[in-house]
This record gives sequence, structure tokens and C-alpha cells, in this order.
Amino acid sequence: MSDKRANPLTKSLETIGSGALFALRVITDAFRAPFEVSYVCLEVADQGWRSLPLILSSGLALGLVMTLHTRNVLIKFGASAWIPSLQSLSFFVEIGPLVAALLVAGRVGAGMGASLAEMRATEQIDAIEALSVDSFKLLVVPRVAACVLVLPVLTTFMDFCGVFSGFLSEYFLSHLSLQLYVTRAFRDVEWSNFIPPTLKTAVFGFIIGTVSCFFGYTTNEGAEGVRKAATNSVVVSSLLVILADVILVKIIFLVFPESAI
Amino acid sequence: MNDAKDTAVALDHVSKAFGQKQVLEDITFSVAREEAICLLGRSGIGKSVALKLIIALVKPDTGHIWIDGEDITQLKGKELSRVRRKMGFLFQNGALFDFLNLYDNLALPLHRLTQKSKQEIEQIIDRALRQVGLSGDREKMPNELSGGMMKRAGLARALVLEPQILLVDEPSSGLDRVTASEIDDLLLEQKQHTTMIIVSHDVHGARRVCDRFAVLDQGRLAAIGKPQDLEHHENETVRKLVAEKYDVES
Repeated sequence: MSDKRANPLTKSLETIGSGALFALRVITDAFRAPFEVSYVCLEVADQGWRSLPLILSSGLALGLVMTLHTRNVLIKFGASAWIPSLQSLSFFVEIGPLVAALLVAGRVGAGMGASLAEMRATEQIDAIEALSVDSFKLLVVPRVAACVLVLPVLTTFMDFCGVFSGFLSEYFLSHLSLQLYVTRAFRDVEWSNFIPPTLKTAVFGFIIGTVSCFFGYTTNEGAEGVRKAATNSVVVSSLLVILADVILVKIIFLVFPESAI
Repeated sequence: MNDAKDTAVALDHVSKAFGQKQVLEDITFSVAREEAICLLGRSGIGKSVALKLIIALVKPDTGHIWIDGEDITQLKGKELSRVRRKMGFLFQNGALFDFLNLYDNLALPLHRLTQKSKQEIEQIIDRALRQVGLSGDREKMPNELSGGMMKRAGLARALVLEPQILLVDEPSSGLDRVTASEIDDLLLEQKQHTTMIIVSHDVHGARRVCDRFAVLDQGRLAAIGKPQDLEHHENETVRKLVAEKYDVES
């Protein structure tokens, strides 16, 4: 137990160290039997179902707003034919993955952190340990695994919602047909523009799941701990997702140079 | 201390502090097989911590805790799980897993820790739920249960693995007298073949169930013995805690 009077720097370093060890344990335990397949499936369904409405509505709204913003500028330069292509590339390469991750951090991350913290406060985690069951494998690993699996799927939904609402916007403003919009939208899209950015959200999922579970699982402050876990889960995982995005984009450019627009 | 064959649990000079706060200091006592002992003490004195030390949910700073002749403070991983399986723990509020219904709460340890078939597990759970009067509630989620039902369900879950040692944290807290008495009846049934360590503030119920009282005061073991012997103890706190009726004016 850390001393409450320890200076903030020491506490921060202690938290970073504990978090790193926690993440390492998630990875090692994920490949150690028993594999909690049924709990992973339940978590995938739960996290996916809880996030889907938010992802769909945000994708649609963002797609509309983006078309409205870019349209006038592109028309001014006589490049209105590029609207669909710009829309799809923007969503596939950056907007879809990053926004989906941030939304999941807010929607699922806060919930995971709070629910684990509540389980700690109500002695449910102690009860699991008292029954000689590994609470980490039962509660943490399935949640993180589900986050890793569900985020690329949610990102794909967001990407296509964004592209679809771009079409709706174009249809109502310039009566562009669906066939022409789709042809233009996917004309310049390579697989390398879609697969690596979508798969990078698995890393975002790992970050969101691990950070949220870390704050929830390791809290020991009762009701106050639940509030702190929820807040810290969202703030820290969002920040780490943005930082990881910078690094991953650079790595994707190195591995897939053709993906650079 | 761990030599006595009839000793189920023994605490040997156990101390525990959280940060700057010394909670338990130099606690030494033992519990014989099939004996029921009640830990008494003022709120926040460290009674629940003592139970968590016994089942190794918390590690002591100093001292040893012997469970059936094995020092649980030195055990890790599978060895720790093996010794923990000898114990059942009824938490203060039942601590039912809120993501599972009542049936699955009881089935979880059976699925994980035994080789029993589905039918056997079904039979064990049916029997356990019948024993605590919750046969008709097996599909209910924890948030659909009352406080008394949660306690009974927690007791059923603690007992499904047929532990040799039962640790009970405040079985009657927050319950009316009738429900508390029902919980005491269930504990009395278990007493015939289980060692019990019960943390309680309900002296009346504890006198029914327990053979001896261990009284904690200011982090130390102030007294241990039969309730009637402790009624005349030199320590005033011990006398007050053991008395069935405590008159504030006196």
C-alpha cells in the first residue's frame, strides 16, 4: 500500500510501474490456461452492444459534418469529384479508428473501471480469491481481450457510417447517385489504407481495456475509488490512445509506405 | 503451535499495519477442530482483517498463520489455492458476484475446482439452496435479493465446497432478529462438522453458536475464553463487549 504522504512524482512513477506490470500480466495470463472463452464472448457482446448505438450515431454525424465542411472548399478549387474519396480516406485512415477508440474509452472504459472498482469495494473480488479462483484471469483478461476484439469491428462500423452519411449529404445537396459515390469513394482506397489503421485499434483496445481494468481492479478506496476509477479510466486511456496513435501511424508508414496519402 | 493435531487454525504473533496505522499487534490464539470461536471487538478494530489474514487475502507484516498445520503466509499459487480450498468465507454483505445469477454464483467454484459432472453440480446446488431456504430463487440476480437472502446465498456458496473451516464476517449485521436467528440456526447446523471463526457484534447470537470468545482491544488480543468466564474479566472493554445487554448509562 502506498504511503499517502509520498510526493506526487513518486506516486506517479509508482502508478506507471504498477500499470506496466499489470499490462504484462494481462499478456502472459491471456496465453495461460484456463482460457475464459465464454466470458470473453459475453464481454464482446456486452461491450459491442453497449457501444454500437454511440458508434453508429457518431459516425453518421461526423460524416455529415465533414462533408459539409470540405464540400465548399473542394468546390471552390473545382475538385468536387474528390469529395467521396476524401471522405472515405479520412474515415478509414484516421477519423474512424481514433474517434471509435475515444468513444469506446468513454463508454466502455469508464464502465469497466467503475464496475471492477465496485466489485473491489463490495468484496466480490476478495470472494473470488477466497474461492481459490484467479480473479485476474476471470475478470481482467476477458475484459481486455474483448476490448481488443471488439474495437476493430466497431471501427469498421464507424468508417462505413461516415462514408454512408457522406453519401447522404452529397445525395441531398448534389443528387449524386449511390453507384457514382461508391465508385469515387473507393477509387483511391488501397487495402493498406484500411487494414493497418483498422488493426491498430486492437492496440487501442488493449490500452483502453488494460488502463480501465488497472484503475478498477487495484483501487481500494470504496465508493470514492469507484468514482476515481471511472474518471481515471477515461482520462488516462484517452490520452494514451492519442499518444499511441502518433507512434502507430509512424510505424504503419514505415511498414506500409504506400498507405501514406 | 502447529504441532497439535486437533488445531485447525493458529495465529502466531501476527501483526498487521496499513500505512501508519497499526491494526493488529502480536495476535496469538488457536482454534481447535470443530470449535466455533467468535471474534469480538469495537468497530474498526481489525476483526475482518483478521479473517482476511487467515484466508491469506491480506498478508501479515509479521507472524505466522497455520491452517491445518501449514503456514499459509509462506504459500503462493497452487499451494495457496489448495489450502484456501479448506476454507469457506461468508462476507459481510454476501459478496455475491453481481454478473451471475444465484445458481451460477454457487456453480462457479464447483465448475472451476472440482471434476464433478453437470448433474452432480446441479444436485449439490439444489441441496445447498434448499438448506438455506432459497430453492425458488436460483435464477435471480443478486440485486433481486434482500439482505437476508444475500447472506444466506453467501453462506450456501461458502459451503458448496464443503470446507473444513468456515470464516464468517458479521452474519447478523443489518438483519432483523428473526432473520439473524435463522442465519445462526444455519451456522449451528454447520458447527457439527466445521471449524468456525465468526466476527460478530451480536453477542446473543454468538453465545448460541460459539464455544469461545476472543476479544480484541486496541489492536491486541485482550482476552480469550468461554463467554461466562469473560463476563468478570478485569478489562472493562471485554466485560462490556461480552455482556448480553449493555447499558450505556452504566
